[in-house]
Amino acid sequence: MSENAPAVEEKKLPKDLAAENGMVNVQIDGHWIQVPRGTRMIEAAKIAEKEIPHYCYHPKLSSPGNCRMCLVQMGMPPRPAPGEDPKYGEDGYQEIGWMPRPVIACANTVAENMGIRTGGELVEKTREGVMEFLLINHPLDCPICDQAGECKLQEFSVEHGRGESRFKETKIKKPKNVDIGQNIRLDDERCIMCSRCIRFMDEVAEDPVLGFSQRGTHTSVTVHPGHRLDNNYSLNTADICPVGALTSNDFRFQMRVWFLKETKTIDVNCGTGANTVVWTRGNEIFRVTPRQNDDVNSAWIPDSHRLSFHELQNDSRLTAPMILKDGKHVEVSNLEAINKAAEGLGMRQPNEVAVIASGRQSNEELYLAKKIATALGTDLLTIVPRQGESDGKLISADRNPNTTGAGLIFGIDDPTAKLDAIREGVSTGRIKALIVFNENLLDEAGFKQEDLAKLEHLVTTHTHANPTAAAAQVVLPGAGWAEKRATYVNVTGRLQRANQATIAPGGTRDDWETLGALLNKLDKDYQLPSSMDSVFNALAKENETFTGQTFGSIGDLGVVITETGVTIPLLDQEKKRKESGIIVG
Amino acid sequence: MDTTLLIAAAIKIGVFIGITLSFVSICVIFERRFSAIIQDRVGPNRTMVPLSILGFKKDFALPIGGLTQPVADGLKFILKEDFTPAYVRKFFFWLAPALVVVPALLTMAVVPFGSPMQIGESWIPMAVADLNVGPLFVFAIASLSVYGITLAGWASNSKYPFFGGVRSCAQMISYEIALGLSIIPVLMMFGDLNLGHIVEYQAANGWLLLPMWGEGWTLERWLMLLPLGIAFVVFTTSIFAETNRMPFDLPECETELVGGYHTEYSSMKFALFFMGEYAAMVVGSAIIVTLFFGGWSIGFGLDGMLPIGAWWVSLLHIGCFLTKVTVFILFFILVRWTVPRFRYDQLMTLGWVVFFELALINVFLAALILAFPAIGWGGFIGGFIALVIVSFLLIKIAKGASTTTREYGAV
Amino acid sequence: MATIKVQRPKLSAGEKIYFGAIFKGMVITLRHAFRSLVGKSVGAKELNSTGVGITMQYPEQKWDEELPEYYRGTPALVTNEEDREKCVSCQLCEFICPPKAIKITPGEIPTDDEWAKVEKRPKAFDIDMIRCIYCGMCEEVCPEEAIFLRPDYVVTGTTRKEMVHDKDRLYEIGGKRVGLVNKWNDLK
Repeated sequence: MSENAPAVEEKKLPKDLAAENGMVNVQIDGHWIQVPRGTRMIEAAKIAEKEIPHYCYHPKLSSPGNCRMCLVQMGMPPRPAPGEDPKYGEDGYQEIGWMPRPVIACANTVAENMGIRTGGELVEKTREGVMEFLLINHPLDCPICDQAGECKLQEFSVEHGRGESRFKETKIKKPKNVDIGQNIRLDDERCIMCSRCIRFMDEVAEDPVLGFSQRGTHTSVTVHPGHRLDNNYSLNTADICPVGALTSNDFRFQMRVWFLKETKTIDVNCGTGANTVVWTRGNEIFRVTPRQNDDVNSAWIPDSHRLSFHELQNDSRLTAPMILKDGKHVEVSNLEAINKAAEGLGMRQPNEVAVIASGRQSNEELYLAKKIATALGTDLLTIVPRQGESDGKLISADRNPNTTGAGLIFGIDDPTAKLDAIREGVSTGRIKALIVFNENLLDEAGFKQEDLAKLEHLVTTHTHANPTAAAAQVVLPGAGWAEKRATYVNVTGRLQRANQATIAPGGTRDDWETLGALLNKLDKDYQLPSSMDSVFNALAKENETFTGQTFGSIGDLGVVITETGVTIPLLDQEKKRKESGIIVG
Repeated sequence: MDTTLLIAAAIKIGVFIGITLSFVSICVIFERRFSAIIQDRVGPNRTMVPLSILGFKKDFALPIGGLTQPVADGLKFILKEDFTPAYVRKFFFWLAPALVVVPALLTMAVVPFGSPMQIGESWIPMAVADLNVGPLFVFAIASLSVYGITLAGWASNSKYPFFGGVRSCAQMISYEIALGLSIIPVLMMFGDLNLGHIVEYQAANGWLLLPMWGEGWTLERWLMLLPLGIAFVVFTTSIFAETNRMPFDLPECETELVGGYHTEYSSMKFALFFMGEYAAMVVGSAIIVTLFFGGWSIGFGLDGMLPIGAWWVSLLHIGCFLTKVTVFILFFILVRWTVPRFRYDQLMTLGWVVFFELALINVFLAALILAFPAIGWGGFIGGFIALVIVSFLLIKIAKGASTTTREYGAV
Repeated sequence: MATIKVQRPKLSAGEKIYFGAIFKGMVITLRHAFRSLVGKSVGAKELNSTGVGITMQYPEQKWDEELPEYYRGTPALVTNEEDREKCVSCQLCEFICPPKAIKITPGEIPTDDEWAKVEKRPKAFDIDMIRCIYCGMCEEVCPEEAIFLRPDYVVTGTTRKEMVHDKDRLYEIGGKRVGLVNKWNDLK
């Protein structure tokens, strides 16, 4: 609004004031607002905080306008007769002539002086009719449907439906419980033909295997003959499906959604750090879904990352600190384990000790790891590189979630550089004591079993049992990614926050507590941190890249703290589609 | 002191404490069965002897109608989890139940259970301590139990028990005044503070409220019935208030205070409060019986015909005493199910405005009657007029005070 | 707010002392106690009781035949005419249950099962009868008419585990129930 525009002789009309900023005036349910030119009517209504019910429309996908749920009443000023000037009322707007027929709000853009009615008799009657048609062949098996509770059909039939069915005839039978892919189950009877899944597979996943077959009431979604929905992004179709037609095989019949608690967190399977919601009941994770962040993962997440939470809940978790006694690991108290760990480390010469941190550790843990290395006087501090191939969408080549963070905290460009030196030091026997955080050295790090045996003192933290833990003198249990509050820096230099969704099993403490206690034993001047926040605050104080940040200031969507020049391919593709006007974005 | 007395004292302590405690359990079963009967219920009627825990195949059902219920209750209390909340003040929390029970049992020491027994040369009084300040000892010790309840309320560190404790404290202190004042006419009448002597006098000369034999047939005794009747009513009512019994059980008023001062208590500690309350009831009944109804005396001059000192006479008298106590315990229960609970301001008004003044006037009335032979008609009439004027003024002031209280109470 | 002033009844001097009333009250109480003691309690005959009070002597005397059809006893699962378990484990009862007594583990019906089209049934269905408050909300909320409160009220056990009714026990109590809504009929 340009209220403070310089006073001119002739009072400017609202349309001219709006046009100066590239906006248009729209009347939504009697109130005039300014929205950017080219906005879809449904988005304009969203700006006016009016919800227009919709099924097929999705801002990240093209708008075919085939569900007809978003019908609204539209009006434009009457076209003036030749030679006639448009008439403006006292408020500077032209009178709106309402159209007798509704239009869809998802595919039409707003225009100057346009009127939109999201309510009223015409619109309500229309919605009632659309709902009735959608429900004609819907099987109403809500009691067994996984979508129940988050089903748009349930929600809108309560809000906009007529409450009872007039349909006396037999419902059309369609295939149910169809296995169309590794992760997805199809129930055609429940489908309302919104085509969101088809468009997603075509436009975003670029693997167009889904399509409609048959016609009329017999229309059904199917996979094309000879194809299967085995794409690594297939589970996103279950997320965007407004009904229960596509459901996740993994989550199938596991738990009703109304029991689940949502925790906003991020994915740690690769450097992208896709934003997610973890759904838990009690201390058990039931599913992970993507959370919209237009600067990280749009609204999607790969299946492989989404299903990785099962690993956190398997039987090989470590639950108690252990020390090696007479060739066997025995469970001890945290204090005893830390004392033992510090004892074996503190007596070494600085060049006999090395620290192998992990790119899967959070900033706070890496900060404490660096302090431990400093306290031991060694400069042999590294993380283990974990490179893969980017899938050209969301999975980045760097499979460590926090390589960028490690670089920032260690103060070096390549935080993995010292690994070779350490490996060599261990194999020649020069390095006698080693601390390993959350890494199985026999995997990516490339250590050999016999090298580990040469070490006099190996201290490790692990979430799961593995050969490195088996070779260690002291094993400390670690909290998994969903079990701790932490911050990570993704490949694009965005500082993001993970939140705690569950509690680590057994006597496992948060990693910052374990590391802080160990550091306290090695460096008497170091005070035990009182909370996760205090560790992060100390980091923010010492490292200028993090300066000014707190847990609270990061927010749900994260903040960019450094430039890396890395982009996420999927976002580039989305940007192109948005520029060409296919999607709203 | 010779050994006979020493041994006798030890036996008496054991027996009389035993009697008091078993009376507590009798109280419990009476309370439960009598309440049940009043309320058209059955009450505990099927507790039996669980022989199966001793290895027998079957439980043996003695036809005792649930008489073992107090034993079962006691066992249950002992076996229950003794839970001490984390936020209480531990020392006082543990001290409080003991402070409730011990005074109640101690007061039984001065109550004469029966007529003295003659063993060999020595006469053994049937009271643990044959004190010459009996009633004073009772009041002194009984007033200690308020500490137990107040401490329980305070140490629980919780709102409702605290309210209960405060209420109880105020209530007991208020009624102690009426309690003490009300029996002054009785003591004036006897001129003695030894409860044993008081009972012996009543055995010989008619119970205080039944002067029908011995020297009882005098005008003085019958005139004294008026102040003594008032004394009895005030005393009995005050005992109700002192023992926190209905209708004065505001400290543990369930609708307002959950359980009152013992809300946070469980298991045996709670049982001790319970025991303390019932023991206080037994003691109260015993004192009333001793002072007003001739204690152990059978009455109607029959005591004189018996050879006092014989062991069977003592036992007979003990039986007579316990019967009277039992009747009073039943009276306590009957009142519980007849009179509804007072409002707290009504309770306070009754204590301070009515009973205190009444007891005070009563003392002078009794004094006037007792002093009649000495002061003659002139003194008597003069005194009576003075008493009437003072009473009138007192009632006037009391009315004003009670109006104020009522307005306060209505806030 | 309208204020109504109520005049307290004027009491005579005798009534003011209260003792008359209290004494009268005690006589009434005693009289009632006596009547009760000799077995003339009000309603004793109608309730088939011993006469000492109107209480029934429970294990010996029972009222089972007079229990109404809608009596809310222990909750149980039922099967339909074709012995299909009606529960599809929608977990609405678990959700609505005020004391959180119900715990359901949903499971899938294998595709070779006769009732594979129903797709879902409980793998485990536990009702903790120590927690259950017999409110009947589960019965009311059930969209499949699968859970009912049966007139059984004798639920005893010596261990906590014993007091948790599992699926088998629930079907044993519930049994077969006919004439209910059958959503999974031939048309489906």
